[in-house]
Amino acid sequence: MTSPLRVRGRAWVFGDEINTDDMYPGFAMKLPVAEAAQHMFDATRPGWPALIEAGDIVVAGRNFGLGSSRACAELFVHLGISCLVAEQYNSLFHRNALNYGLPALTVPDARVLIDEGDVLAIDAAAGLLRNETRGTEHHIQPLPAFVVELVEGGGLINRLEAAGFLDRNDATAGGKP
Amino acid sequence: MPDTIIEATLARAAGLPTVRPGQIVTCDVDMTVVIDVQFAHDRLADVRAVHDPDKVAVVLDHAVPAPTPRDAGHGAKARAFVAKHGIDRFFDVGRHGIVHQVIAEQGLVLPGTVVCCTDSHTCAGGALNSAARGLGPLEILQMLCTGQTWYRVPPTIRYELTGTKPAHVNGKDIFLTISGRYGDATDHALEFGGPGLASVPMSDRRTIATQGAEIGADFTLFPCDTVTEEFLADVAPGASFTRSNPDPDAVYADVRTLDLGTVEPMVALPGTVINNAVPLSGLDRTRIDQAFIGSCANGQLADLAVAAGVVEGRKVAPGVRLIVTPASQQVYLEAVQRGYVATLVEAGAVVTNSTCGACFGYHMGVLAPGEVCVTSSTRNFRGRMGSTEAAVYMASPATVAASALTGYIAGPEQVAEVAA
Repeated sequence: MTSPLRVRGRAWVFGDEINTDDMYPGFAMKLPVAEAAQHMFDATRPGWPALIEAGDIVVAGRNFGLGSSRACAELFVHLGISCLVAEQYNSLFHRNALNYGLPALTVPDARVLIDEGDVLAIDAAAGLLRNETRGTEHHIQPLPAFVVELVEGGGLINRLEAAGFLDRNDATAGGKP
Repeated sequence: MPDTIIEATLARAAGLPTVRPGQIVTCDVDMTVVIDVQFAHDRLADVRAVHDPDKVAVVLDHAVPAPTPRDAGHGAKARAFVAKHGIDRFFDVGRHGIVHQVIAEQGLVLPGTVVCCTDSHTCAGGALNSAARGLGPLEILQMLCTGQTWYRVPPTIRYELTGTKPAHVNGKDIFLTISGRYGDATDHALEFGGPGLASVPMSDRRTIATQGAEIGADFTLFPCDTVTEEFLADVAPGASFTRSNPDPDAVYADVRTLDLGTVEPMVALPGTVINNAVPLSGLDRTRIDQAFIGSCANGQLADLAVAAGVVEGRKVAPGVRLIVTPASQQVYLEAVQRGYVATLVEAGAVVTNSTCGACFGYHMGVLAPGEVCVTSSTRNFRGRMGSTEAAVYMASPATVAASALTGYIAGPEQVAEVAA
């Protein structure tokens, strides 16, 4: 289970049009990442970050991530969220997630297949979603090959470093180590 | 093959004869814009070489002049970055403004070009026929290093404008009519055209293009017509560019006709603009604590002119705060020279420095729990402008200015009820 594309965790189910202001409130932009992450979903689900266990999976409805380019994915990664599953994404948010090395799968009937608290095992490269709580298994759209490569490699920062575009001397890396 | 505006632009940027919706293409970026907040977490200091410093601009806008030591640090990092890489297009405090306003008035957004910035309202550049959009901070970092990025070519929804825009109607009203009636446009490009477009001035086009982000559109594009060319003759005289105008037989995901003559002042209710906007005339009497005019959507000179015209000779209602934020130093200066600032301040408004501050709930004008604001800014998400227990309604600058006088959400025609 060392690949970021094979994950297992509990599902947290959110609704439609969850926006980036809710995930990353304006005032939290004044804070370092570790503190900002404690304010995810302050508007609609206060206290949520304290409930997270490493590996947990966020499931959402349509138009997930409407809004700003705020690095919400960085906060999810910081909290230990292993994967996003949504019925539809805002494209800016979706690109951000993948670039931060966070697998983000599109599953059009996600909220039919998954209830909050279900334990999921996902292979994002193979396109397999197993709901262990329900004992069901679903074939889903796998991530495209170039995205698999990006996420396997830990995200865009690692790729830019590997290509020699960035010095490696900054401890505040945006991607996964 | 016939092209929509976005297809023509992305094909050229990708060096391909044609592209089609769904296709993923790698494009050269004509202008990459970096803003102050991007210096917070990103590895900009570690960039070894900027691919082409002439295709980069750095604009300080979100938190300027710095309200915290942390924000001051972003400015310091920005100054070090432009010095290290020889970037001439640097808009430091004093030359600053909200990024989309600054790059438009500096002539850095040209027809047919690809423009990128982390701010999600970069789609404002679509008013100038540019394939401009917000992208993630790491992608901007990649562009600085490589000069390129990728796009999935979106299908296009075309709005065919007919009739004539009434003088009292703002681009905000046109946009809210669309968002209220048709909902979201996720993963699509919006394209505006038709015989009514000539009656829509550049300031209103910029408002509409800016707001495309609120309905999830990837791009919001206008053709390059005489209105565009007159604007560019002023801000970028002599600039050469290739127009991306749509072919007559271009293929659209949907074509929707909007008679501008039927558009009336609109209000978005708190939370979202998607299927959530109503005509002002149908809104229940809604008291307000704050009225805000500003942002990249409606902090332009034309917006301040309208606001000044509404409040002239009158006073902001007791218990109401009217906050006005010009979109750039240049807008601020012209508003001073034309007397708009004096008129607004005499009416009781606070005219602030140019910044994104109140619009994104960061500084200068945020809301307390239980407060109600009517804003002409970009977003009405819950918690957007401060407290998550505040309510944010969205409307045109004329409506916001009138509301400041009456103390409830109202249009200029209702101001007569208030004693001068």
